[in-house]
Amino acid sequence: MRGRLPPALVFLASMPALLVAALIVATVGDALGSGVTHLLTEFLGSAVIRLLFNTLGLMIAATLLATLIGTATAFLVVRTDVPLRPLWQALGAAPLAVPAFIASYAWVSLSPHFEKFGGALLVTTCAYFPLVYLPVAASLKRLDPMQEDVARVLGTSSFGAFVRVILPQLRPAMLGGGALVALRALTEFGAFAMMRFQTFTTQIYLVYTAGLTGSVASALALVLLMLCLLVLVAYVLLEGGHSYASVGRGAARAATVYRLGVWRLPALAFLVLLAAASVGVPLGMTVFWLTQHGAAAITPAEVSPHAVFQATWTSIKLGVGGAIFTSVLILPLALLASRWPGRRMVTWLSQVPWLAQGLPGIVVALSFITVAIRIVPWLYQSTLLLLVVYAILFMPFALVGIRAALVQSPPLLEEIGRGLGYGWFGVLRRITLPLAMPGVGAAAALVLTSIVSELTATLLLAPLGTETLAMRVWENTSTLAFAGAAPYAAILIGISMVTSWFTASRFGVAAHATAVGS
Amino acid sequence: MRYIPPFRLAVLPTRLLRRCTRPGLPAVVALMLLAALFWTAAADAASTLVLYNGQHPQSVRLITRAFEKATGIHVLVHSGEGPAIVQQIIRERGDSPADVVFVENSTSINLLNQKELLSPVSAATLSRVPRQYSATNGRWVAVLARQNVLTWNPALVHSRNLPKSLAALARPSWKGKIAIAPGDSDFLPLVDAMIKVKGEKAALEWLRGLKHNAKIYPDDEGVVAAVNRGEVATGLINNYYWARLRTEVGPQRMHAEIAHFRRRDVGNLVNVSAAGILASAPHKLLAQQFLAFLVSRKTQEMLARGDVDYEYPLVSGVKASPVITPWNKLYPPRIAPSRLGTDVTALQLLEKSGLL
Repeated sequence: MRGRLPPALVFLASMPALLVAALIVATVGDALGSGVTHLLTEFLGSAVIRLLFNTLGLMIAATLLATLIGTATAFLVVRTDVPLRPLWQALGAAPLAVPAFIASYAWVSLSPHFEKFGGALLVTTCAYFPLVYLPVAASLKRLDPMQEDVARVLGTSSFGAFVRVILPQLRPAMLGGGALVALRALTEFGAFAMMRFQTFTTQIYLVYTAGLTGSVASALALVLLMLCLLVLVAYVLLEGGHSYASVGRGAARAATVYRLGVWRLPALAFLVLLAAASVGVPLGMTVFWLTQHGAAAITPAEVSPHAVFQATWTSIKLGVGGAIFTSVLILPLALLASRWPGRRMVTWLSQVPWLAQGLPGIVVALSFITVAIRIVPWLYQSTLLLLVVYAILFMPFALVGIRAALVQSPPLLEEIGRGLGYGWFGVLRRITLPLAMPGVGAAAALVLTSIVSELTATLLLAPLGTETLAMRVWENTSTLAFAGAAPYAAILIGISMVTSWFTASRFGVAAHATAVGS
Repeated sequence: MRYIPPFRLAVLPTRLLRRCTRPGLPAVVALMLLAALFWTAAADAASTLVLYNGQHPQSVRLITRAFEKATGIHVLVHSGEGPAIVQQIIRERGDSPADVVFVENSTSINLLNQKELLSPVSAATLSRVPRQYSATNGRWVAVLARQNVLTWNPALVHSRNLPKSLAALARPSWKGKIAIAPGDSDFLPLVDAMIKVKGEKAALEWLRGLKHNAKIYPDDEGVVAAVNRGEVATGLINNYYWARLRTEVGPQRMHAEIAHFRRRDVGNLVNVSAAGILASAPHKLLAQQFLAFLVSRKTQEMLARGDVDYEYPLVSGVKASPVITPWNKLYPPRIAPSRLGTDVTALQLLEKSGLL
């Protein structure tokens, strides 16, 4: 669709960007206001140094490890003759359906020895390596095998060909995935809190719950925001300035499948171990605690079918409400982006929502509490406020999905509709939306998955009397009531797997991962 | 937008109306769900009590369940850490939807009392519990009690080398041998007590010493678990965390033990869980009913008997769990919970010492 942008649509489409911009201003303003003086006087305090050490140490270790494991897994699955390749292909993406804090719960309940750095690294790596694995596997599949052949003909060994030809081509996928892992490691809260591993997010929460409002939390938030910004800048610097384009696609030919020979068994063992750690333990431990009676095994937290039902219903309500709210909010922008691509303003509007991905949920939630109490008291403790925060956190996922669905529905049909006398709203309702509906549904399902497994903002912003599955898992795990947490964890994983499967079956696993990760 | 000739504008409303009367099924479902979402929150406000809870959610759920069963009054619970809950009430000024506030420590609720945000508790309720534990002005009632103790691992430290006083833990000889959770709301009353007994300056020195010596954990659960698995020799906790871990892992896998400081030392401080009614409470009568329920014999027996709470019941004649040290063997310092302070200075000192 060409021509002038409809002003009403542009107005609606700018809402998401406005929301995110307002949030960033509020958050940074809040942090700057009281944080800077505190930061200057206390910055060299050993507490901040320790947090920096912990947070950066974990971020770097998890990013390197996840990149290594993700790339290795992708290569094994796509380009070697390792047994059961389709199985590993699916299992490589499966950890995305297991929220990191549930994995954390599983490991901690297996043994308290998994607490602290080791456990935190284990959980982060297992939960987030798919963010590297999926894009790398996708790039590997697209690679032109001819370049490798040329290298081999010129006398390079197969290992040399891998290092000098394949690896450089995978660079964008590895960097993108790695940056996502780094951001996740910086902003993750629940998994670390359950591991009793102190990072900036857990310390901000601690300071908040200790009743210290203002400067300390703000100063910590400011440092964390700067770290997130650094990751983004580093990514942009590393990513830019390389050309990977090749002239022509070459003949469509299956890529060489490397024979692993004696390495087949070790490779298989590696994949089995990875699947066991990333999916097996979380599912296994949850099922194990399900079979234990609360009172016998663990600090007895009363688990009644009624309570489980209530929490499930609340989670689903919030998830569905949030998914609808987010989709409706993002629809105008998705429409604009799919029908008027390339306009500077449209590009700009669709970039802004991504910025919120660099803001830790805990910082977002705390600044929303402050803003709500001070400026819009009627929103305070309301479900609407929580839905707005969900929308901000997960809008990009909806944008990606809905835009993809809209792009697939041919504009020609819309022009025919216009020719038959419909206005833009009529065209939207009669033609565009019905065609895009399955895709919109899948995108909404993705938002639903994210909301149901969201912990931090829910914990801080839940309206009175609201208790979700994630909150119940949190509350029971933090008092070491593992059997009490199990039914909630099991249902949470169940919902997440069903909705993830729905999204993946519509968009393909890779698209799902891009959205979840990005 | 397409140009619409003026005469056709008249057609628009009817078209809109028709459109609204037969909307698509998905739209209907969506609207209904959204409506349900907001409606459930507003439902039935008259016979609903709002509880801001800083106590462990598991214990409080037992209580609210029993209360709902006995009275038919629905309780909406908002849970969090005590100090955060109190700060929240202060931030909400007079507009707090809360009726009752129930916290783990008297120091949290003292702050609300000082700011005149509480209304009087009925005399009948106050009389159920020995007077010295509740607020002197009758604005909050003590419900249950716990003691600060030292948990220690016999594999790492000999019983004769255990510290005799809380102050001793700041000495250089304890470097690396003591675990604390300065961010846990149960740590604040200890600091308050130090300030009360030794003064602000000495308390700050003590905290600096601890900062030098201690391994830091995010909560008391983490401290007792670390001592139990031999990661650190001793730890400062409230006694019920030890009892809960014992229930969790089973007595045979419990390696950590409990020690008390010398008689009347600050370290033996007894904390009380306390409940009060907000001055702004929309449902004061229901709130009084809830407080009376908290100190009823039945409720106190339920909590003392079960293996969820492990606090000392304060109503006379109700026996505490046999797992914890008997009530008459505690020898706490003689500080009334309502004179313990308000956490404000304690937080400042914690911040100054770099522990928070």
